[in-house]
Amino acid sequence: MGDFLEIAGKKINNRLFIGTGKFSSYPIMKVALEESGVDITTVALRRVNTGSKTENILDYIPSACKIMINTSGARDAEEAVRIARLAKAAQSGNWIKIEVIRDNKYLLPDNLETLKAVELLVKEGFVVFPYMSPDLSMARRMVEAGAAAIMPLGSPIGSNRGVKTRELIEILVNEIKLPVIVDAGLGKPSEACECMELGCAAVLVNTAIAISENPIKMAKAFAQAVYAGRVAYLSGIPATSKIANASSPLTGFLREDKT
Amino acid sequence: MSFFDVYSQNKDFDLEEFFSTVTSDYIKAACNEGQLSIKQFVSLLSPLAENQLEAMAQRAQAITRKIFGLTIQLYTPMYLSNYCDNSCIYCGFNLNNDIPRRKLSLDEVEKEAQTISSSGLKHILILTGESRIKSPVSYIRDCVKILKKYFTSISIEVYPLTENEYAQLAQEGVDGLAIYQEAYDQQVYAKMHIAGPKTDYQFRLDAPERGARSKMRSVSIGALLGLADWRREVFFLGLHAKYLQDKFPDVEIGIAVPRIRPQVSDFKPASQVSDKNIVQIILAFRLFFPHLSITVSTRENPDFRENLLSLGITKMSAGSSTSVGGHAVYSKDERQSGQFEIQDQRTVDQIKTMLVTKGFQPVFKDWLNL
Repeated sequence: MGDFLEIAGKKINNRLFIGTGKFSSYPIMKVALEESGVDITTVALRRVNTGSKTENILDYIPSACKIMINTSGARDAEEAVRIARLAKAAQSGNWIKIEVIRDNKYLLPDNLETLKAVELLVKEGFVVFPYMSPDLSMARRMVEAGAAAIMPLGSPIGSNRGVKTRELIEILVNEIKLPVIVDAGLGKPSEACECMELGCAAVLVNTAIAISENPIKMAKAFAQAVYAGRVAYLSGIPATSKIANASSPLTGFLREDKT
Repeated sequence: MSFFDVYSQNKDFDLEEFFSTVTSDYIKAACNEGQLSIKQFVSLLSPLAENQLEAMAQRAQAITRKIFGLTIQLYTPMYLSNYCDNSCIYCGFNLNNDIPRRKLSLDEVEKEAQTISSSGLKHILILTGESRIKSPVSYIRDCVKILKKYFTSISIEVYPLTENEYAQLAQEGVDGLAIYQEAYDQQVYAKMHIAGPKTDYQFRLDAPERGARSKMRSVSIGALLGLADWRREVFFLGLHAKYLQDKFPDVEIGIAVPRIRPQVSDFKPASQVSDKNIVQIILAFRLFFPHLSITVSTRENPDFRENLLSLGITKMSAGSSTSVGGHAVYSKDERQSGQFEIQDQRTVDQIKTMLVTKGFQPVFKDWLNL
């Protein structure tokens, strides 16, 4: 149907992005990525293990997948920038998801440090995706700083609690002209579908797929749910109402053709 | 205010009295709570909670999988020196023990590093005895300079340092600190550490906080279980972990739950800590601190370590040696006795194969030198 998301010149057909951190094995992760047909996957640079006798995660990313390196482990903008530069030097590409976390209890992002990293990295030519708490003012600043998209959280990382921030995400979808990609907290395909129905451009899922009993089937289920939600959004979801709408309205006689 | 103040405020807390008020329903509710209170955590350490280990285990497993996925971080210890000025009655490095004393030269450090890194490991924990003469901070720093070439994460388990010294090592590339109080009970501590700088209880107790202040990424604490009543010790360990987590939210807090193992002296533990007790401790911690990293060392036997995999642990050592130069410098016959006996002698490859078989991804690298 010719619907695709375009970021930095890359056409993205599959609006499900998958994170790679928590799978029981790289071979299973690879099949999950392949069978769900994802176009974009995130990889933490801290896990990339080149030149070692042990397996390297990058060898298990399907060639069709574009890699977005994330700065997991960064505690401030400076560390995030250093990780991004190391990724570029290691030829891991220039798509960077900024993840700056200074709170190990809830793993919630630090929006201010994230913004600082976005400002610096955009100037250096990176395509930057800030992972953030859904805050409109901060999202606007991310736009001004040159972010390629914004990635608000649905609920805390790994919580599988769904779109607890729904009201705020809706505001971002309405007000921010960049793609809104919900990242973190989605526990079920129906929640990914919900994000897409709201008009989000894509979703990023890791935990719910990686730790399910059958990650490959679950990845496919998420891909289907994302697709369904997107088609529903494009089709124009009728407004919901808590009361019944009479099929024979009382004011029907006022229609012009009857006068 | 430091953790010593928290300890002082709670040292007379009547744990037995509290346990007598705990009911099965209270424990059940704690098992299902999203964020436990400190009281709920302590209730999970009660004798009564032993009846609900399965429910605790189910919940601990679910939490661990959500937060950490199906992964286990691997590392190995590397002993740099066993010179020690302390007389700790349970330790193989006790200055009164007649064992060969060794300190690795920098060339030997390099040799050990090459051998260890050829196994694929990228995370290393370096250890020394407490001797500011034989293994001063400048020596540790020189070792770190070499190790940086081979490892992407370097943690230290050495004598307590000043904040400035921790900062120097962090600056050089050390990202993790492990320092165990051994005994939180101050009176027991005094009986166990009878001579040397380690007799300074408070300097050791506040070391994790100094490390956190100096920008260490991870700080791991613990008690050597068996030295004193384990329930009291774990109560203080929990308070300590909470204190650090609240004060330093950007530091990854970890715990280890080592039990006394046989070593060259004839010290016998004062308190027996069973496998069941260790399981209860790990589960209680996981429920109280969902994001806590929990380490199980090669002090434990292979079967037990494997059974713990599903219960909340996140890190394990592999291919361990507790003697200086034990990885490459000295042949098996030349090695002196270690700090304690290792129960799990498996190589890194064997541990890796075991993890894969059990459905876990062995993580060799989870940090990078910045």
